[in-house]
Amino acid sequence: MKLNLKEKVNLQKKDWILIAIIVFVAGLAFLLHGFIGGKGAGCVTVKVKGEIQGVYSLAEDQVIEINGGTNILKIRNGTADMVKANCPDKLCVNQRSISKNGESIICLPNEVIVTVDSSENSQFDAVTQ
Amino acid sequence: MKGKYKVAYFGVFIALALIFSYVETLIPVQFGIPGVKLGLANLIIVAVLYKTTLKEAYLLAVVRVLLSGFIFGNYFSIIYSLAGALLSLSVMALLKKTGGFSVIGVSIGGGVFHNIGQLLVAMAVVETFQVAYYVPVLLIAGLLTGCVIGILTQEMLKRLVNLEF
Repeated sequence: MKLNLKEKVNLQKKDWILIAIIVFVAGLAFLLHGFIGGKGAGCVTVKVKGEIQGVYSLAEDQVIEINGGTNILKIRNGTADMVKANCPDKLCVNQRSISKNGESIICLPNEVIVTVDSSENSQFDAVTQ
Repeated sequence: MKGKYKVAYFGVFIALALIFSYVETLIPVQFGIPGVKLGLANLIIVAVLYKTTLKEAYLLAVVRVLLSGFIFGNYFSIIYSLAGALLSLSVMALLKKTGGFSVIGVSIGGGVFHNIGQLLVAMAVVETFQVAYYVPVLLIAGLLTGCVIGILTQEMLKRLVNLEF
């Protein structure tokens, strides 16, 4: 066969259908998560070095000092946001606030994990890497 | 693959796939999402899928995952990668057999189901469906990386047109 480098890359009709299905399913899953996860009387679990420091209600506006002040978590209008951290990269501070079930803010340098749970009794007590 | 060059070609492809796995660890650009990477080694798998039989593509995929897992990863990353690689290859083979899909389409299917396979293992490991909130991110990521890999594979296949196995 001849080497033909000019040959154009053509997306077939079925390719577009496949792409459309994937985007549709992704959108659906996104909406579904927003719907099910939804805001509500959720709680945030704060873990430091794998151990639960406390469980706080999202319904109540409060400021929480984590790990003796290395991180400060602020709960306002049903969302939790890391407002201060003493680590250099500030990834957790720059991350947007969390409110939906299963969302989390993680500060790796201080080993602080903040997770939103639907109930106060979280059934998980381990974190996989 | 047939004939006396079969083993040699197989070795070359394994080596290439391993090199791509390594090159990928060198790419400094992070996509901002944990677990999302380009999957350069998939380039070889797609190309082999088009150039040889399915059986050999499977063999290559498994050997590739085991070797790169032992070199760059650990026990867990092997399990994750294996689930992703096998599901991905199965879907790609199915799409290719169905017909009507270009290399890019086949590669997109592979990319998406690679992520889904890994997510399924993650669900089994942590025994929770909570990770399901990651689905949209992984689907779109698989779509984009699959697209890039598909375009690259298309270019590669054009140049391998005279390569007979």
